[in-house]
Amino acid sequence: MVNPFTKAELERYSRHLIIPEFNLEGQRKLKEAHVLVIGSGGLGSPMLMYLAAAGVGHIGIVDFDVIEDHNLQRQVLFGVDQVGASKAQSAKDRILALNPHIEVTVHETRITSENALELIEQYDVVADGTDNFPTRYLVNDACVLAGKTNVYASIYRFEGQCSVFNYPRPDGTRGPNYRDLFPSPPPPGLVPSCSEGGVIGVLPGILGSLQALEVIKVISGVGDVLDGRLFLFDAATFGTRTLKVRPNAKNPLTGENPTQTELIDYEMFCGLGGAPKEERPVEEITPIELDALGKKGEAPVLIDVREPYEFAIAEMGGVLMPVESVPERVAEIPKDRPVVIHCRSGVRSARIIRMLEDEHGYANLLNLKGGILAWQEDVDPSLARY
Amino acid sequence: MNSIIIPTPLRKFTGGTGLFESPADSVKGLLDDLVASHEGLRPHLFDNDGDLRSFIRVYVGDEDIHELDGTATRLTPGTEVSIIPAIAGGIS
Repeated sequence: MVNPFTKAELERYSRHLIIPEFNLEGQRKLKEAHVLVIGSGGLGSPMLMYLAAAGVGHIGIVDFDVIEDHNLQRQVLFGVDQVGASKAQSAKDRILALNPHIEVTVHETRITSENALELIEQYDVVADGTDNFPTRYLVNDACVLAGKTNVYASIYRFEGQCSVFNYPRPDGTRGPNYRDLFPSPPPPGLVPSCSEGGVIGVLPGILGSLQALEVIKVISGVGDVLDGRLFLFDAATFGTRTLKVRPNAKNPLTGENPTQTELIDYEMFCGLGGAPKEERPVEEITPIELDALGKKGEAPVLIDVREPYEFAIAEMGGVLMPVESVPERVAEIPKDRPVVIHCRSGVRSARIIRMLEDEHGYANLLNLKGGILAWQEDVDPSLARY
Repeated sequence: MNSIIIPTPLRKFTGGTGLFESPADSVKGLLDDLVASHEGLRPHLFDNDGDLRSFIRVYVGDEDIHELDGTATRLTPGTEVSIIPAIAGGIS
């Protein structure tokens, strides 16, 4: 075997090279590998650092986003000085500083049905570190259609999932993919969305590291990869489970009667696209108008329908009445004078106003336009945004 | 007793509880007891026809109930049943 490494690389990777089953051959496979990491956020941060440190020779990073303050709680690739900068470019700079012996390609774009196959075809292995259902299904389907292994991890609050999808088996078949596990996504709103949910910062660190591990195992062929298995981690209880993932006859790509041979519109598929649902508008008041009423001594009753943990971050003097508690606290909401209802951005409060108007005959309710976020922007910049 | 593990996204409907126990000896019995105790869970687990929703998997031990007898799968005491939801990320 030709030794493709320089002296500096041999020394750098020596702790891999002296693992008997890994050795120079495993390291050579890493050096020759092309890995596409989709998303350089919570999962992508540890994944990119470990893949780079380990010597994966060609790393692609897909991310269209810029770094924001609230990313720093978990996206350890980035520092305070980079807030406002491109994630993909900053990630590239960071991992090249970690290992100059590798090549990094930045794809500063949103992965879409139009570009996904072209992007993925340049790589051997894909690692999905994205954060929403349309992109999860897009990445899965593109990997199946392009014949690439998809190293998957996903997180929510304290809970993480990891698996290796579409893994090539010795008999020429491929292991199960995401559609075998979940043929279709939950409709929006039925399962709490992630932006409502939050995530404990260390969790993507753990799951992203597991993903990096599986990528390295897939490339090197060392160990048993999580093919046909789903690993679950509950950070709250420290519970771990490994479940079997079986082929699903209803899989539209690889099931008994495949109906899908190309990429589709994933926003539509996940119920997020199409014509916006017609909802009756509610009466609104802007933060500036509300502030002016207060200054005239005519402040309306203000009700805050967010959760207590949101109230604790920032509040504007309203009575806290979380959404779920409103039906049993209706008596506290007067009908004889103006009442302003607010939440974070104005969506939940509009929903509550419609409910109160339809079911309880209210006609004096105003929605704070843009919620407390708009109030922070237009009236009280001292409040924290979240 | 048999137990069922409630995943984080659904604990909102169980008052935060992550584990539910019942003497039921089938998956169906256990799920019925669970939604009877936490009615808010019902639309998240079952569609209008009473079938399990496609974005929810139910496991007995490490095996999907589809590989066993579906919701009719019998449980021996001490079996751990898990509800596995589709989760997308926690990033935004």
